[in-house]
Amino acid sequence: MQLAAPPPRLYRAADGRVVAGVAQGLANHLAVKPLYVRIAFAVLATFNGFGIVVYLALWAVIPQEPVAADAPRRPRRRAVERGTVLALVAVAAGGLLLSRGVPILGNNILLVPLLLAGAGLAVLWSQADKDQRDRWRRISLFETEPTTRRSVAIIRFVGGAILVAAGVASFLLLSGTLSAARDGLVAGVAVLAGLALLTAPLWWRLVADLTQERRERIRSQERADLAAHLHDSVLQTLALIQRHSDEPREVARLARGQERELRTWLYRPEDREESKFAAALEAVAGEVEDAYVVQVESVVVGDAEVDDRLGAVVQATREALVNAAKHAGVGTISLYAEVEPAEVTVFVRDRGAGFDPELVDEDRHGVRGSIVGRMERHGGEATIRSVVGAGTEVELSMDRSTT
Amino acid sequence: MTEAQPVRVVLVDDHSMFRSGVRAELAADSGVEIVGEAGGVGEAVAVIGRTKPDVVLLDVHMPDGGGKAVLEQVKDQDVRFLALSVSDAAEDVIGVIRAGARGYVTKTISTAELADAVRRVAAGDAVFSHRLAGFVLDAFASSPSADVTPSFDPELEQLTSREREVLRLIAQGYTYKEIARELFISVKTVESHVSSVLRKLQLSTRHQLTRWATERRLA
Repeated sequence: MQLAAPPPRLYRAADGRVVAGVAQGLANHLAVKPLYVRIAFAVLATFNGFGIVVYLALWAVIPQEPVAADAPRRPRRRAVERGTVLALVAVAAGGLLLSRGVPILGNNILLVPLLLAGAGLAVLWSQADKDQRDRWRRISLFETEPTTRRSVAIIRFVGGAILVAAGVASFLLLSGTLSAARDGLVAGVAVLAGLALLTAPLWWRLVADLTQERRERIRSQERADLAAHLHDSVLQTLALIQRHSDEPREVARLARGQERELRTWLYRPEDREESKFAAALEAVAGEVEDAYVVQVESVVVGDAEVDDRLGAVVQATREALVNAAKHAGVGTISLYAEVEPAEVTVFVRDRGAGFDPELVDEDRHGVRGSIVGRMERHGGEATIRSVVGAGTEVELSMDRSTT
Repeated sequence: MTEAQPVRVVLVDDHSMFRSGVRAELAADSGVEIVGEAGGVGEAVAVIGRTKPDVVLLDVHMPDGGGKAVLEQVKDQDVRFLALSVSDAAEDVIGVIRAGARGYVTKTISTAELADAVRRVAAGDAVFSHRLAGFVLDAFASSPSADVTPSFDPELEQLTSREREVLRLIAQGYTYKEIARELFISVKTVESHVSSVLRKLQLSTRHQLTRWATERRLA
C-alpha cells in the first residue's frame, strides 16, 4: 500500500489467510507472527467461545484488503500451516467444551447446533464477501455463463440459511423446552423486526440518495452536452459572423451553415443512420450550400440504404446542385427526392438563367459525364430540361427493383 | 391587389422582433392589413375574439401550448389560420395542420410569397410549403392499407395520383401557376387538389398520421 506507513491499516488479509484473513490481517497490523494471533484466538475461544465471537465480529467489521484486479493471486497457505490452524481450532473446541463441563463424546447438546450454525454462517458470509466473489469470477474463466454462477450463488445462500436455521432450531429444541424455544423464536423475530425498523430509514435514504444522485448526474451530463454543442457551434459561428460583418456573402454562408447544423441537431431523429440515402443527400446539399453560398431547399421523402446505384444518384445530385449554384445565378435551389419501392427519383431545380441543351458543348464535363453518364452507367436515367431565362430542372431516376 | 377589402390579419408570435418584421414587410402590401398582434396564447385568443380577423398568422412554437393551443381555443370562430414557423419538426407541422390550420409556411418565406399565402388562405384555399408537401407525401406513402381503421371512408386514407403529383411539384418548389402549366390544368384545379389533401390530412384516421410524426422523432 503506502510506502512509509509504520502501522499498516487494519485489513483482513487477502494473502496468507486461512478462514477470512482476520488473524493474518491482525498479525500484519500488529507486526507479529500470525501464529501468535491464532493461538490467542484459540485460547480466547476456550472462554465460553469468546475467541470465536471476537473473530466473527472482526470479520464483520474489518474491511477486506483491496486487491488490484490484475494482481497475481497467491494461493492460500500451504497445507502444513492449515494443519496448524486446524489443530488450534480443535484445541480451542476441546477447551471450550471442557470449560462448559460437557463430555466431548457424550450426548452433548451444544456441539451439533454449534457446528450446524457455524457451517451455515461460513457459507453465508463467504458468499457475502464481494472481493471473494470477484475473485471466483476471475478464476472461473471457463464458466462464462452468468446464470450458472447465479444459480450456484442461490444454492449456496439457501443452503447456508438452512444450515443456520437448523442449527438455531436444534439448539432451541435441545437446550430448552418447546415453550422456551417459542419464546426465543418470538424474541428473535422481534429483535430482527426491530433492527429492520431501526435501519429501514437508513436503507431507504441510501437508495433514494443513489437514485437522486444518478438523476442529477444524467441531468448535468445533458446540460454539459448542450453547453458543449452550443459552444462548439453557435458561439463560434457568432464570433465568425462578427468578424466578417462587412462581408454579406460570408455572413450569409456562415449563418446558413450554422442553421443547417442546428436544425440537424434539434430535429433529426436520434436513430437516423448517417449512412442512409436521405442523410447522404442532405450532406451533399450542405456541402454545396457552404461552397457556393446558395440555399438548397431539400425535401426527401422515404429513405433507403445507400448501395452502389444510390451512391451514383447522390454524386449525380451533387453535380446537378453544383451546376445550378454555379450557372443559374439565383440564391435558391430546390432539391426533391423520393424513394419508392421500385425506384428513386431526384429533382434538382432552379429558376435561374437556364440554357439551351442543344448548345451545350460536348466537352462540358459536368452535365455529360458526371450526371448523364454516371446515371446511365449504373442503369439509371437523367433528364435535363432547361429554358433560357426560366431555369433548369434535372431529373434523375434509378431503378431499385433489379439487383 | 385592387380589391375593396384588404385581408385583415392578426399576428401571433412570441418574438416581438419577428412580429415587427412581418408587420413592416406586409405593410407594403395594400391587400393585407394587420389589425392586431399577440405574443402569447391567452392574448391571442383575446385579440382574435375582439378584432375578428380573416386570417391569423400563427407561430407554431410558443410557451403555454403553442399555436395548437390557440387553434383549439378559437375553433368555433370563423377565422382561418396560417402556421408560420422555423420548426422543421414533422410532429409540430402535422400537429397544427390537424388542429385546423389551413397551411404551413416557413419563416424564411419571401414577403411576396407570404402576402400571397395570406390571401390564398383568406380565400379558403390551403397553402403548403415545399416542406409540408414532403411531410404529407411521407405520411401517406408507406403501407397504405395495413394501419387504416377499416370502418372509415377509404377515400380519406389515400392520396389520388393527381394529388400526389401536385404535392410532388410543390415539394420541388413549383408555384401553383407553374404546377397548372406543368400538368395542363387550371390554377383553380391545383387549389382544389391541395384543399382536398388538406381535408384528408385533417380527417384521416390513419394511425400513421398521428403516430408517424412522433415516430420519426422517437422510434
